[in-house]
Amino acid sequence: MTNLMTNHYEAAAVILFGIGFMNLLLSRNLIKKFIGLNIMDTAVYLFLAAKGYIAGRAAPIVLEGTTASVEKFINPVPSGLVLTGIVVSVSVTAFSLALVQRLYKHYGSLDLDEIMEKAKKEGH
Amino acid sequence: MNEPKKKSTWRHFVDWVNGEEAIEVPKKISFKKIDFNKIKENFEKYIWSGRKKAIFYLVMCAFVCTVFIAILLHTVSALPYFGGGNNPASNEVVQRYIESGVEETGATNIVAGMILDYRAFDTFGESNVLFLAVICVVMLLKKDKYNTTQQEIREEKEDEMFDKEDDNTILKRIANLLAPMLFLFGIYVVLNGHISPGGGFSGGAIIGAGLVLYASVNGQQNMQRFFKYKTFVLINVTCLLTYCILKGYSFFTGANHLPNIIPKGIPGALFSGGLILPLNICVGMIVACTIYGFYALFTKGEI
Repeated sequence: MTNLMTNHYEAAAVILFGIGFMNLLLSRNLIKKFIGLNIMDTAVYLFLAAKGYIAGRAAPIVLEGTTASVEKFINPVPSGLVLTGIVVSVSVTAFSLALVQRLYKHYGSLDLDEIMEKAKKEGH
Repeated sequence: MNEPKKKSTWRHFVDWVNGEEAIEVPKKISFKKIDFNKIKENFEKYIWSGRKKAIFYLVMCAFVCTVFIAILLHTVSALPYFGGGNNPASNEVVQRYIESGVEETGATNIVAGMILDYRAFDTFGESNVLFLAVICVVMLLKKDKYNTTQQEIREEKEDEMFDKEDDNTILKRIANLLAPMLFLFGIYVVLNGHISPGGGFSGGAIIGAGLVLYASVNGQQNMQRFFKYKTFVLINVTCLLTYCILKGYSFFTGANHLPNIIPKGIPGALFSGGLILPLNICVGMIVACTIYGFYALFTKGEI
């Protein structure tokens, strides 16, 4: 438990991930589902940023007239990974929202249950 | 001898054990009598009604999520301490990136040097992901004569009329003042990506925001004077190809300790960092086009 208190950023990220997951499972509205997915993405960014942080060190930009040593800077690898994550999440969100827009145009509803019912009726 | 018409089950069994009788296997077990659909229907009607189902689903979701969070929290409590300098994550890879990054890539922003030099193919993949996403959205949402109804065309014309009628003078003036500044700031961020915080992705997003602002205030027609669908495709494809060629070249000449003919420059100057500056410009243009493309396709269905 004491470890959880020191790792409170990671703990918050994990709880946020769970909240996003629950939103993804529970809400019927498709757009709200994707909001849940984005909350999960944000949780992952928070987790990665927290993993890369090292107390008392600066962002990894070497200023003029100084020498670069590991003792000065935080871990740059998670920053790059967060960038990848943001790009992929933007792409996936845009693609899924485009699909949702097409579904809305066809079925006139954003409710997943309604769409499934209408799709079943059309299928028979 | 008066043989009984029906032998008992036990008798059958005894005969079968003695080898006097073969068991008659029914040729086909017919399930026709049992109407599964009916059972399911009744089950759903009386026992498993919509409300109970919904409550069960809700409770199960909450349970699964709680267990999931609990497992993850347990894992977090076993992770190395937050902010510790000797965590296993900061290993020799990080040391190499930080200590020889400036010398090897020429970029003072170590993250930019990392994502556009050491791991440039990863960034190439990201740009491809963005490009694919925008192409998918084009495929799904772009309006042409096959997927538009008369009503949509009429609504669009009404929208245009309303756009022309109301003159939000203050909004338009301010937005027209702000948009060029946003472009300039975005270009600054892209060009200084290797020596200061920022880079292709963030600068491209700022330029894209400027494009979105301009288009939303002045209408898509004005936007199409300088940004048509052709321009969009041309910029995207050219930038991706340029990135591919540049990085492929540097991969064959710069990696594996082969000499690289592209000068690194003085670290900290604008023209330094070898290929990082052109790559940043490519990425920035792709991101700006993609963001504006998403906006235009989602609102009007055309770029």
